[in-house]
Amino acid sequence: MSDIKIRAKLKDGETEVKCLMSHPMETGLRKDSKTGELVPAHFIQEVVCKSKDQVVMTANWSGGVSKNPYLAFKFAGGAAGDPIEVTWTDNMGETQSATSEIS
Amino acid sequence: MIDAKRRILLKGSLAAGTVGVAVGAGLLSPSLVLASWNEAAFHAKDLPTALTSLMGSDAAETNDAIKIKAPDIAENGAVVPVTVETDMEGVKSIAIVADQNQTPLIASFDLGESALPFVSTRIKMAKTSNVVAVVQTADKLYSNAKEVKVTIGGCGG
Repeated sequence: MSDIKIRAKLKDGETEVKCLMSHPMETGLRKDSKTGELVPAHFIQEVVCKSKDQVVMTANWSGGVSKNPYLAFKFAGGAAGDPIEVTWTDNMGETQSATSEIS
Repeated sequence: MIDAKRRILLKGSLAAGTVGVAVGAGLLSPSLVLASWNEAAFHAKDLPTALTSLMGSDAAETNDAIKIKAPDIAENGAVVPVTVETDMEGVKSIAIVADQNQTPLIASFDLGESALPFVSTRIKMAKTSNVVAVVQTADKLYSNAKEVKVTIGGCGG
């Protein structure tokens, strides 16, 4: 069970991929409202999106991307049933991956 | 003999444990894990510095072919949906910047060969400012900006 939701749709020869990840995306600048201490930075740094083992797009992020990040991109080609793989890595070294198929 | 081996085993596992703890506590810089993440660019406090370290130059030409879709007024600065799209050819990468944020560079997207110049995400904005999209083609940088009014800032505080 992965926390990444992926939806890939083929339309007019273009595949649009939408993904939703589950992550706190702490910038390291926010203060905890109870203790007043800074919440340590914890955000996704890199998202790699692959289709059929070919890298389609790599996103590099800072803590400026909203909590539970949403990401959409398009690529040419692709066919129904092709696998889409999305992998993120955060600044703590954690990583998560999910796959889906183009519909 | 057996006892000696046990000592070695113990020592070995202790050492491994320490490294794990060090990584967990953030003592070992996690940026070592990702070679491609451009720390200088993402930690830069202003846009020219960020662009120079990310794309090698800050000389971006304003081009209206870059379409930025973002709200005119964002009530909640913590979640501002931004879509960048262009019909330019040969786009290598797209960067999204909020120029009044403490670290303006928010995201950069490296597009593979088949990827189309379209990205959409949600960003945090500290206050009313321009959302700048910078598009890198094979030999040039282009940018466009759109002002977003922020009612409540979304960068902590």
